[in-house]
Amino acid sequence: MQAEGLVRTFGGRRAVDGVSFTLHAGDCLALFGPNGAGKTTLLRMLAGLLAPGQGSVRVNGVPVKEGAAARAQVGLVSHASMLYSVLTARENVEFAARLYGLPDPRDAAMRALELMRVEDRADAPARTLSRGLQQRVSIARAMVHSPSLLLCDEPYTGLDDAGSAALTDALTERREGGAALLLVTHNLTEGLALATQAAIMRRGRFVRHEARELLDVRAYQAQYRELAAVHD
Amino acid sequence: MTDIAVPTPPGMLAAAWLVARKDLAIEFRTRTAFLSALVFALLGVTIFYFAWDATAVAAADLAPGVLWVIFTFAGLLGLQRSFGSELADRAVDGLLGAPISRESIYLGKAFANLVFVAGILFVTIPAVVLFYNLPMGSGIAALAGIAALAAVGLVAVGTLFSAMAVNTRMAELLLPMLSLPFFVPVVMAAAQSSARLMAGRPVAEAMPWLRILVAFDIVFVTACTLAFPFTLDE
Repeated sequence: MQAEGLVRTFGGRRAVDGVSFTLHAGDCLALFGPNGAGKTTLLRMLAGLLAPGQGSVRVNGVPVKEGAAARAQVGLVSHASMLYSVLTARENVEFAARLYGLPDPRDAAMRALELMRVEDRADAPARTLSRGLQQRVSIARAMVHSPSLLLCDEPYTGLDDAGSAALTDALTERREGGAALLLVTHNLTEGLALATQAAIMRRGRFVRHEARELLDVRAYQAQYRELAAVHD
Repeated sequence: MTDIAVPTPPGMLAAAWLVARKDLAIEFRTRTAFLSALVFALLGVTIFYFAWDATAVAAADLAPGVLWVIFTFAGLLGLQRSFGSELADRAVDGLLGAPISRESIYLGKAFANLVFVAGILFVTIPAVVLFYNLPMGSGIAALAGIAALAAVGLVAVGTLFSAMAVNTRMAELLLPMLSLPFFVPVVMAAAQSSARLMAGRPVAEAMPWLRILVAFDIVFVTACTLAFPFTLDE
């Protein structure tokens, strides 16, 4: 995935201001930043949900906004569950599987739910599930088509230990399987555990972006706290 | 999951059917919008009936107006909820991020809405015929045809405006305000053509109005399908 010069403005304020980076197969970018830094806006542009004011996003050379073929390779875990509350967990994931044209959507849905260890609640309507279980179903929904680019916005929010472990295992499996990951989180330990790259975003820009192996985690944590604490 | 390498996304009509089937499944589970619209339609027919002075206005003159006014407002109740389920928990992002065209989302929504309003018409037309004791006979099939044409036009416009209005704070008010002016040609043509049938006149007399309905459907289904993708941009 290649993001070049992404800019998005809301009412005169630049939410994302010239962000460029590249993710190759097997890469995982952990993206940190204080609230309002522009992380969610960036993810929505990468997923093709929001048109950039300037710049472009390409997956395997195809622009995401215009290309169904590019969107077919992207999975998104967002703040919102993106679930239909009336439908069951299985129906929600199966609906996504059908939209992505999977040959056996029911089977794919069950496997995705098993991956997130929520298969025992497959036939429960989404509205009856706890916030954490809804998050697991939402992640299963995003992964059901085995995307080659997985965008995760605070995916650990609301998950208990079992859910977090299931997610970490699933993300590790996807990355080892050749998918590129972008993980937005406030938790440096969680983010850096999977990352091959790390970036800090503030006021719409990447203020730091480097390879994971070059980082001293303790020094990085201190610097991040300092950066996040600076008021705009 | 890793064995699935290259998914083949559904084509436009297949994706539209998936969206429609999902919407219908949700409506079938809850039935809230349909039952509300149905009760509204039947209460409307009843109120109009008791407000009617049979010595002043003939049933065949009043019934078409009653039918289409009630149907228009009952249909709006269904159209209101069309995109509501998508905004809760941002399920719409799942649709927009999927490898399907936005036109297919519109067509799927419109088809589900068409089934919804057809269900209302299925009950409302017999209710009007019974209440006003109309001698329909073989004209009921032609009336059903008019209803189908009118429903397509109303749904085509209403689905588009429902998508436009749903993100606003005044969605309940904005949808009727946007839609009703566009509904006028449909309601007028449907009322005029059905008035002739309810008066026992031959179908040929209703043909000019039916042509207007057909033309409206062709123009607005095409225009709304093409315009819909722009309504979802943030």
